[in-house]
Amino acid sequence: MSTDAARAAGAVTASPTVRPMTPTAHRVVAKRRETNDVVTLCLEPVDGPRMDFLPGQFNMLSALGVGEVAISLSGAPSESGPLRHSVRDVGAVSRALCQRELGDLVGVRGPFGTDWRVTSRGDDERDTVVVAGGIGLAPLRGAVGELVAARAEGGGRVFVLVGARDPSQIVLGEDLAAWARDGATVLVSVDRPSSQWHGHVGLVTTLLADAGFDPVNTRALLCGPEIMMRFTARALVDLGVDAEQILVSLERNMQCGLGWCGHCQLGSLLLCRDGPVVPYAGIVDGLMNERER
Amino acid sequence: MSTSIAQLVRTHPFTAGLDDQYVALIEGCSHNVAFAPGDLLCREGESADTFYLLRRGFVSIDVHAPGRAPIVIETVGPGSVVGWSWLVAPYRWTFDVRAKVPVGAVAVDGACLRQKVLDDPALGYALLSRVTAELLARLQATRMRLLDLYGGPGEH
Repeated sequence: MSTDAARAAGAVTASPTVRPMTPTAHRVVAKRRETNDVVTLCLEPVDGPRMDFLPGQFNMLSALGVGEVAISLSGAPSESGPLRHSVRDVGAVSRALCQRELGDLVGVRGPFGTDWRVTSRGDDERDTVVVAGGIGLAPLRGAVGELVAARAEGGGRVFVLVGARDPSQIVLGEDLAAWARDGATVLVSVDRPSSQWHGHVGLVTTLLADAGFDPVNTRALLCGPEIMMRFTARALVDLGVDAEQILVSLERNMQCGLGWCGHCQLGSLLLCRDGPVVPYAGIVDGLMNERER
Repeated sequence: MSTSIAQLVRTHPFTAGLDDQYVALIEGCSHNVAFAPGDLLCREGESADTFYLLRRGFVSIDVHAPGRAPIVIETVGPGSVVGWSWLVAPYRWTFDVRAKVPVGAVAVDGACLRQKVLDDPALGYALLSRVTAELLARLQATRMRLLDLYGGPGEH
């Protein structure tokens, strides 16, 4: 199903199934190790068709007997095949998910939340700057796929800027190469280069000035550590990008996925329902600059 | 037709907004240079009498270490200024600067400019304001990198 069809079908809403709190059994049909602590799991439902979703949305994945955690969908709606989720091993549940092997079962609830608002149609001529930090590229993968497809149909230029701690921590390397082959400008910068690294070294924001996009005709999609997004958004605005054209992906402690429990509240937002993808301008700009008390 | 040094200096972001008379002074101390990949623009420990306005390509700021390849601290690209040590005694490079790809730059004679700054403090202020802006951006980026933002939550 295309992005537009999925949107029309209501996949963007926060009531994805008749029983949204009940996980659906999925089976691991492929597993790929991205880095030392990031694994991509490909999941197919044990029964029934694959869910429809929009780029940027997330699922609640459960490791049976351990717990449940929010993980962004990293596939593109127009891709056939299983659901893709890239999971970083940072806690008990995510570790259990990373340890799942082919044929193992994973519980899935979703899709939940808002999306990146992109389409594979070529009728949007704006440049799009995608800035990702670390595993933040995974929630953007589907959106970039749609944007690159749109570019082939006459849509705006696509700039993918990626920051990583070191070369071994760059995720989705094959996708980056494919997007570059398909006409996107792909720039990667690392904080700590190896002796074999011949690319950029430095903060990802240092890639912005020379990337080549037209600031007054640009939208931006940001995903990564919140501090990185905050500074990137400011740098984009300083370059002349309209703050209204910047989207960020925020996460808090997502639990129900439906805006019922309030665990993921950020100011007036319930990020499982009103996010994870939210406009930077307005409420979020202020909240991202709010200090902990 | 080749681009004149005056055009190269005047179109570089470093001189944006600078009085014409000062731009002319910088032009008088400048020449066009090109570097092949691997060439050194600056060598640690040597006299720092030149700075570079990068026009194309990018360079790495390195520190060499025994028994291993140079350690790259950061890379810098077009529109940037490389080399600040010409402004502050003892006028000696602290790091190596190496072309990573074919690089085009305007080399500015810092010793020549230092003399002109002594004669005209307003020129000194204008130059320092620009260099400080670049320094501040690099310092902020370095601070951000010190945070190791991409590390896992358990690593902080």
